[in-house]
Amino acid sequence: MSILINKDSRIIVQGITGKEGGFHAQQCYDYGKNIVGGVTPGKGGSTVLEAKVPVFDTCKEAVDTLGANVSLIFVPPAFAADAVKEAAAAGIALIVCITEHIPVRDMQNAAAFVKECGARLIGPNCPGLLTPGEAKVGIMPAHVVKPGNVGIISKSGTLTYEAAHQLCLVGLGQSTCCGIGGDPIIGTNMVELLDLFQADPDTDAIVMIGEIGGSMEIEAAYHIRDNITKPVVSFIAGATAPAGRRMGHAGAIVSGADESAAAKMAILKKCGVVVSENPAGIGEAVKTILG
Amino acid sequence: MKIHEYQAKGLMKKYGIPVEIGVAVSDLSEAASAIAKVQELSKSQAVVVKAQIHAGGRGKGGGVKYSPTTEEALENCNKIMGMTLITPQTTAEGQLVKKLFITQAIDIDKEFYLAITLDRATNSPVIIASAEGGVEIEEVAEKSPEKIFKQPIDIRFGLHGFQVANVVKALGITGASARQASRLITNLYKCYEETDASIAEINPLVLTKDGEVLALDAKFNFDDSALFRHKDIAELRDLDEEDPDEVEAAQHHLSFVNLDGNVGCMVNGAGLAMATMDIIKLKGGEPANFLDVGGSANPETVKAAFKIILRDPKVKAILINIFGGIVRCDRIANGVIDALAELDLNVPVVVRLQGTNAEEAKEILAKADVDLIAATDLDEAASKVVNAAQGN
Repeated sequence: MSILINKDSRIIVQGITGKEGGFHAQQCYDYGKNIVGGVTPGKGGSTVLEAKVPVFDTCKEAVDTLGANVSLIFVPPAFAADAVKEAAAAGIALIVCITEHIPVRDMQNAAAFVKECGARLIGPNCPGLLTPGEAKVGIMPAHVVKPGNVGIISKSGTLTYEAAHQLCLVGLGQSTCCGIGGDPIIGTNMVELLDLFQADPDTDAIVMIGEIGGSMEIEAAYHIRDNITKPVVSFIAGATAPAGRRMGHAGAIVSGADESAAAKMAILKKCGVVVSENPAGIGEAVKTILG
Repeated sequence: MKIHEYQAKGLMKKYGIPVEIGVAVSDLSEAASAIAKVQELSKSQAVVVKAQIHAGGRGKGGGVKYSPTTEEALENCNKIMGMTLITPQTTAEGQLVKKLFITQAIDIDKEFYLAITLDRATNSPVIIASAEGGVEIEEVAEKSPEKIFKQPIDIRFGLHGFQVANVVKALGITGASARQASRLITNLYKCYEETDASIAEINPLVLTKDGEVLALDAKFNFDDSALFRHKDIAELRDLDEEDPDEVEAAQHHLSFVNLDGNVGCMVNGAGLAMATMDIIKLKGGEPANFLDVGGSANPETVKAAFKIILRDPKVKAILINIFGGIVRCDRIANGVIDALAELDLNVPVVVRLQGTNAEEAKEILAKADVDLIAATDLDEAASKVVNAAQGN
């Protein structure tokens, strides 16, 4: 088992005829063989990935023809939010948006729209999802993971790879690796993923990687204390990042909380989370718990 | 992207938000005529001379001076222009003042705080208001949070009239002034939305002795990702206010921040870059910079990154930590070799390459016969670079 994606996922790639989209669609196809189609307006009727995968003009056509239920988005920033909305309107249940530098206003609107449609968005500005041995929906390098019982939730792309790599080095595999993205507006937060891993019978421990800024890690800490019975290991990046390099105060006022790495680590510890202050110690920390 | 107070006030004026009379000055030779113009328009001798830098707390640093006469105004212009202003929001070195804003002096009855920003947790803009204005709002938030009023806005419906009224009531503004305040709040929200602002802050918002409501200070921050559709705002960027190394880095699609330590860092991904800084510190070193080479790193960007890091004389060793996902390690390795051939490298370099094409990269580096210290995992890499920086 796993969360969100598995070998039965029917994945389409929006922006499949682009350079990035084409490259990563090929990688995902090679990994899980479950990329069923692509969408690029104006390129409908053609095929890609050595003629194995059909391209459609719209998401609706791809869903109607292929029964696709997952969409992976590699659309340029000015059009990506609209691509997210198109996928949601077409009935796609899970939308994974890799694109970075999407205007915040556009994402606010898209995130609200996705919710109205009852769909789930992962990202944007994230490495996507990977269920080792089953499916890859994103840009994570496949050779740093292996099937197993540890779930990963991370704001940062490369720290997701680092955590998976460290787990493999101590002999532990992953149920699903989830990069949630570091933008101000993201579709799925840490709390939601903690609940999914808690409910997944094949996940025995969770690695949660956060960073300075925002209050998501703090909300996750209290949620873990109250609702999560599986062990959680956490690392918070940015303990040495310089403070106060911002303009105005409004950002810090909203949450009313201390958003420093030290404050987040202290609250996580208080809530029963094992905090690794050394980013190289994540794998060992999980191994110690799982024995 | 940040802008100056005088630019923010120009923008607010376009949106019908009342601001005091003011003229910006970028050269001292313009000061006398600017003062005269403000005096003429405001029909008053007294003016205020305000330093224009991208940081708050200017008054505390001596960058804002009330000047009752023309002579004092000129004297204050001379004093403030060219001074290095140190405030709680600047770096320890301070910021050189290259522009002034000469404004009308206002008779203040009451001061308030008003801001609009994004609440990340609820995906909604929120108006923040407090009757305790003109002071450090963070202090108010900490000591008496009940004095801060927050009005969230559902972006599907926009700002409602009754919500504006809630904010005005929280500020405690009544009568004819309340109608002015309502218009100001409505217009500020319109401005915030239409310009893709990430913060629009007025501190203080004031009620004058004549019952007028106006914005006495203004801070605006804009979403960099949306500047492509706001050419007029993008033009307001003042490169004098930014670190030249950081500006140069951005031209190469590198994200760079200067720090005070002696270990230079070149990393891919912001999270891993911060984690690399953290582990250097854990090993007893100090990072000299934050540097994220991004997802499109190639030999050119690696070379540019080396140049910027090596410009800092404090750097005693460099750690290259790449976990290839989109970034291919072989490209980084080629960039490192190119850079070493071209640059006069006089500090040790520790290289740790993992992920996509890491094996090919190791071969490239081994064949090139370059003087590098190899490391396999993160802990080892950090230990080695800290040792090297200490001259061991």
